[in-house]
Amino acid sequence: MSATTESTGRRVLDALRRDPLAVGGTIVLVLLVVVGVAGPWLAPAGVNDVDVDQMLRPPSGAHPFGTDELGRDVLSRVLVAARVSLQVGAVSVGIALVAGVTLGLFAGYYRGWLDSVLMRCMDVLFAFPVLLLAVAIVAVLGPGLLTAMVAIGVVYTPIFARITRAGVLSVREQVFVRAAVSIGASDVRIMRRHVLPNIAAPLIVQTSLSLAFAILSEAALSFLGLGIQPPAPAWGRMLFDGRGFVTDAWWLGVFPGAAIFLTVLAFNLVGDALRDVLDPRQLTLGEARRSTT
Amino acid sequence: MSADTPDVVAELDDLKVHFPTPAGTVRAVDGVSLAVRRGETLGLVGESGSGKSTAGLALLRLVDPTAGRVRVAGADVTLWSRRRLRATRRHVAMVFQDPQASLDPRRTVGDSIAEPLIVHRLAASTAARRARVAELLDLVGLRADTAGRYPHELSGGQRQRVGVARALAGEPDLIVLDEPIASLDLSVQAQIMNLLRHLQRDLGLTYLFIAHDLAAVEHMSDRIAVMYLGRIVETGPPERIYRHPAHPYTAALLSAVPVADPRVERERRRIVLTGDIPSPVDPPSGCRFRTRCPQARPACAETDPALAEVGPGHDAACLFPLDGERDGGVGEGATTRADAAGTA
Repeated sequence: MSATTESTGRRVLDALRRDPLAVGGTIVLVLLVVVGVAGPWLAPAGVNDVDVDQMLRPPSGAHPFGTDELGRDVLSRVLVAARVSLQVGAVSVGIALVAGVTLGLFAGYYRGWLDSVLMRCMDVLFAFPVLLLAVAIVAVLGPGLLTAMVAIGVVYTPIFARITRAGVLSVREQVFVRAAVSIGASDVRIMRRHVLPNIAAPLIVQTSLSLAFAILSEAALSFLGLGIQPPAPAWGRMLFDGRGFVTDAWWLGVFPGAAIFLTVLAFNLVGDALRDVLDPRQLTLGEARRSTT
Repeated sequence: MSADTPDVVAELDDLKVHFPTPAGTVRAVDGVSLAVRRGETLGLVGESGSGKSTAGLALLRLVDPTAGRVRVAGADVTLWSRRRLRATRRHVAMVFQDPQASLDPRRTVGDSIAEPLIVHRLAASTAARRARVAELLDLVGLRADTAGRYPHELSGGQRQRVGVARALAGEPDLIVLDEPIASLDLSVQAQIMNLLRHLQRDLGLTYLFIAHDLAAVEHMSDRIAVMYLGRIVETGPPERIYRHPAHPYTAALLSAVPVADPRVERERRRIVLTGDIPSPVDPPSGCRFRTRCPQARPACAETDPALAEVGPGHDAACLFPLDGERDGGVGEGATTRADAAGTA
């Protein structure tokens, strides 16, 4: 496993390095992670340092992104909010990945009634508009960071379940799976050791793309007041709070909006590049197997 | 032949494997009985579509039988669940036709060979497992450092050696060889055949050797069974099958084997079968071979012939079995060809 992962990893890196968009996206993502980890230390001021004398000041040397209606430093709030966005992205996509891959593995491997039941449930979830479903879940569980993450995780589970199932359906027909059965390997062992590694590529791509959508969904939920609760900073919430001042204080909306835009763009660029690099190989591998069987 | 006979390692008893398809029920295997005895090689020969591979898969319970029984190591495993079968899978191993497809591209050669050891807990420690993998690689003529490589880094012949090593890992009572050389280059075919022969001699292995032509199995087999359209039509020792084939289908298969000696080849009488193998959805009435049989008579459409003894240990399912020495030296020709391949 390690050698292939290594060589595949190196090949992917080489290919990504030749794609300027992917390089740009990766740089943004690295910066974002640094800000997410070190945000509170990088911030020039406290996120809740209210200073009514300094309210609604435009960008200046002291406040590069200006101040909000309570005189809080917008730059500091944008920097600190990065952690929330990344956390929501990672946790919610993590939930979707684990749940979706597990469901997809069992549905695709065992087929039959289990497949029908699981995938019809996924279809129902899939049929809802993403945000509507998330809002409904938050409405049931109550607003807050944790419920936002769970809601977004549930919303993106069907995508992972479908991708996984589709991959399992083709891999389970491969002779090497039959060989593993003939050896006496258990179903769980076959799924973990033989099926999953062979469907990893599309899942990696989907993970990076979903991170972008999850962050966007969190922003939307926060905008609606259903995500993280004030006074903790979140990009979506800052957009919402700034909307009343849009004609007088453009910086309240522009900077958090730009942060969302850059983050989502970066994940999308990297995800697209990964798809370009990983998918052709998957195709040729699949074709090679098909032509020899 | 029953499970009580101690030297039978695995057997099929009147086995039927039918697959439902939109076009109707495919009778892939339609009443096959065969028993593999310890230490022997049973050659199972037939065209594609004859059901020979399905019969092999049924022996490992990799397909579910429609009727009949499957016995492995004395136990009737016909109705065993997948979970219950897992422990018995050590007794019967399989080498697949296409070594590229039968090895997981994401796992190293060592991982693939070690899998039976892990699944059946045959190695006490990681070190013991590694040592056993090295030993198995050595047995099949590969270097120990092959363990760290991936299937795509190996040649076709090397891959099939890995497939053989994996089959040997659990020290099975029976190895089903499903056309193990059919997808390999000619020169490599001979090497793998020699490897299989040497392994059998040194380790006392038992083989069910599935092949689509008689030439491939002649020198390996202690007994040969010829399948046609889901049935065994003739079975017997190779010297009988090759010199005195009793079933016209066997005779036709033999006549298709080209002869290396041009003098003999010129005089060789070919029996050319017309048409394709009939659909296993709707096999012909009476004898299944009658639609392509050069000797077919009206009676053949009426009676479905059962296997009946035509010589010592030699059975054929034909109402009008052939008799007498075969002329044209086809058996000799097959010998010559296989020898040539064997020494290549």
